[in-house]
Amino acid sequence: MMEYVVRFFVGGLVVSLFSMLGDTLRPKSFAGLLGAAPSVALATLGIAVYLHGAAYAGAQSVAMLAGAIALGVYSVIVCHLLVRSGLRAMTATAIALPVWLIIAFGLLALAGRFQ
Amino acid sequence: MVDNRFWSAGACRTLPMTPIRFSPSSLRQGRWYEYLFRFGLGGIATAFAGMVASQLGASIGGLFLALPALFCASATLVEKHEVRRKREAGLVGERRGKNAAALEAAGAAMGSVGMLAFGLVFSSLVERDVSAAFIAASMTWVAVSVACWLLRRRMRSLRRSARAARPRDT
Repeated sequence: MMEYVVRFFVGGLVVSLFSMLGDTLRPKSFAGLLGAAPSVALATLGIAVYLHGAAYAGAQSVAMLAGAIALGVYSVIVCHLLVRSGLRAMTATAIALPVWLIIAFGLLALAGRFQ
Repeated sequence: MVDNRFWSAGACRTLPMTPIRFSPSSLRQGRWYEYLFRFGLGGIATAFAGMVASQLGASIGGLFLALPALFCASATLVEKHEVRRKREAGLVGERRGKNAAALEAAGAAMGSVGMLAFGLVFSSLVERDVSAAFIAASMTWVAVSVACWLLRRRMRSLRRSARAARPRDT
């Protein structure tokens, strides 16, 4: 349980720092780079190295590649939904979420890395 | 308002481009509960990624390091801030809010290329030197993301210049 409490606080802190940095940058498309900052990754990989060792963190970071590709496709879809369909940000980001799941898990399956 | 213009990159000869600015005063636009919300969401996403990894293995857990939950929150807040700002100026601001969120999404798409590079560098270095892996991967994320953003801006600017230079049909 203590491990998850530590994860919560470390993750919350790192994510908040990246978000605040994003708030202070202009133009908005540049600040948007922070929307795909590896904030959760930094916190999680740091804890993974400490608790399970470098090889475990390495395996996580390899799987993260599939998540990052899915995030790229997801962001493009959200961008088009917002510009072309007139949906609100919350609706557009929620509707596109299954795309992230399908691509991320699909790529992981293709790479044969389900463990 | 304190605006520190620290960098104006890739200046185009024909069309002016918005410089990259650092504006700490923008932090005042946010409400305390929004910061609390992002802290909570970041904490939950990190704890969730750890939980998935311990239950289903490092690979499936690793996928959730790139979960777009934070991007969802960030885009929603950007839209909300823009609408609020326009309403305070007596305008509706709905369209402007959606455009601001769309720009955030375009930025996130380029940031995800940086995240991909982060993962590649980290996975190739972590078993040799943990500190070097964190430092090199973070620097790679910054360099690749910014390079993608500059490249896109340059291409848009060139396209606009070409369009402006094209003779009009009568």
